[in-house]
Amino acid sequence: MKKEIPLLITFLTGVIIVVTFFIPHQPFGGMQQRLLIWYSIVLGFTLLLGVDNLLRGNIRRMARRQAGWGYAAVLMAGFVICFVAGVVSLARHNSLIALNGPFMYVYTYMIVPLQATMFALLAFFIASAAYRAFRARTLEATLLLITAAIVMLGRVPVGAELWDKLPQIQDWIMEVPQMAAKRGIFIGIALGTIAMSLRVILGLERTYLS
Amino acid sequence: MNFFEKLVSLDRRFIYLSLGLAVIIPIVFKLVLPVRVSEPVRAAYESIERLTEGSTIMVSIDYDASSEPELQPMLLSVLRQCFAKRHKVVLLGQWPLGLPFGEIGLNAVSGEFNARASSNADSIVYGRDYVNLGYRPGYRALMVGLGREFRDFFAADYRGTPLDNLPLMRGVHNYNNIDLLVGLEAGQAGDEWIQYAGARYGLNIVIGSTGVVAPDMFHYLQAKQIKGLVGGLQGAAEYETLVKHPGTGTAGMVAQSTAHVLLLVFIILGNIAYFVMKGRKQP
Repeated sequence: MKKEIPLLITFLTGVIIVVTFFIPHQPFGGMQQRLLIWYSIVLGFTLLLGVDNLLRGNIRRMARRQAGWGYAAVLMAGFVICFVAGVVSLARHNSLIALNGPFMYVYTYMIVPLQATMFALLAFFIASAAYRAFRARTLEATLLLITAAIVMLGRVPVGAELWDKLPQIQDWIMEVPQMAAKRGIFIGIALGTIAMSLRVILGLERTYLS
Repeated sequence: MNFFEKLVSLDRRFIYLSLGLAVIIPIVFKLVLPVRVSEPVRAAYESIERLTEGSTIMVSIDYDASSEPELQPMLLSVLRQCFAKRHKVVLLGQWPLGLPFGEIGLNAVSGEFNARASSNADSIVYGRDYVNLGYRPGYRALMVGLGREFRDFFAADYRGTPLDNLPLMRGVHNYNNIDLLVGLEAGQAGDEWIQYAGARYGLNIVIGSTGVVAPDMFHYLQAKQIKGLVGGLQGAAEYETLVKHPGTGTAGMVAQSTAHVLLLVFIILGNIAYFVMKGRKQP
């Protein structure tokens, strides 16, 4: 029974969701809306679980002085600052994102620059990696290199300044060969997702139970 | 060590410094290049332009700070166009850390219009001309559920005001009351909007996306599942050109151009050095 009941719940839920998605009329439409609201509520609670997990893991690491406990301390400090700023913003301004609230101060002057910096560093690593690894060793690599060069130049105004046909060639690459490849990939992903979903609904795929 | 050996083992700090300068110098000197407007961006612009005055446009903020340089200029341009056409804007977000950008954008653009307004009727007023609904977890459920009733997911706006107390929202119950969705996407949410809200409910959609996400959106554009596509910083600059309000998108284009050219120069140099060294090693 330990396995049969979860399998039955999965089967019934899967079938109901599929049926309600394709038949939006009553009573299925109302049932679907109810299920969606439940889903949204459950997801809200998973955020709480995430916070609980984050706190437990990092407090334990700090208490035991495990490797990298300093990072855990920084993370905890960040969490506490954001949490306090958020609570104060809600209490004073009735909104987390009130522009003159403390949370927006933390957001604008700490979160945004930190996130932007992390992402901006990618450009430097890409430049270094491209210099060292992007070699025309084979025909395929050469084709990729030429295509990348055309797209990189065609996407920016300097491309049109260099050669006025470059943006048009870039558009063609994006709209024809790029899209043909993407479509093939997406069709494969969709078929795989349908097959996997059917396996889960029918109880053939049970790894999620372990 | 000869020139090519030095080139092969070029210090990465030199690459970092070159790239940093290539980005900083055009921004500091405010260099500008003419921006060519592409068809997908023009189609996106026209989708809003063609709507009758006072239409309701939903804007979804699905990005955070890492994609802000590309997507925030799009948001500002779209809001400028919407408010100029007196369209109503309903803003919401699928990325909790992106929602403040929506609020910043709404305040900035409504402030610009209000500074020029001579009466209340000319002003852009919260609740009447625009609304910020906020964020709810579980975006797939939200996208399908909004097709039936907004109030099932958003009983109140982000300030806690019940939706029925906001004049703009009194007539908005589901996608039948939304004329166009503008999704500003840095991830998966754009696909979901198209697949759930677009395919199922027939919602008209325009996508603004990061340069990385844009290639994933072209097949939707070609299949006419989206009305237009604004891709990357280039797309943002093109949209700024169309709304005749150059901003950070346009300013960033020269920096992006020089960075791309520098990257290509490095790749070419790296390949020249590789083949010369390879040729020397072969007997």
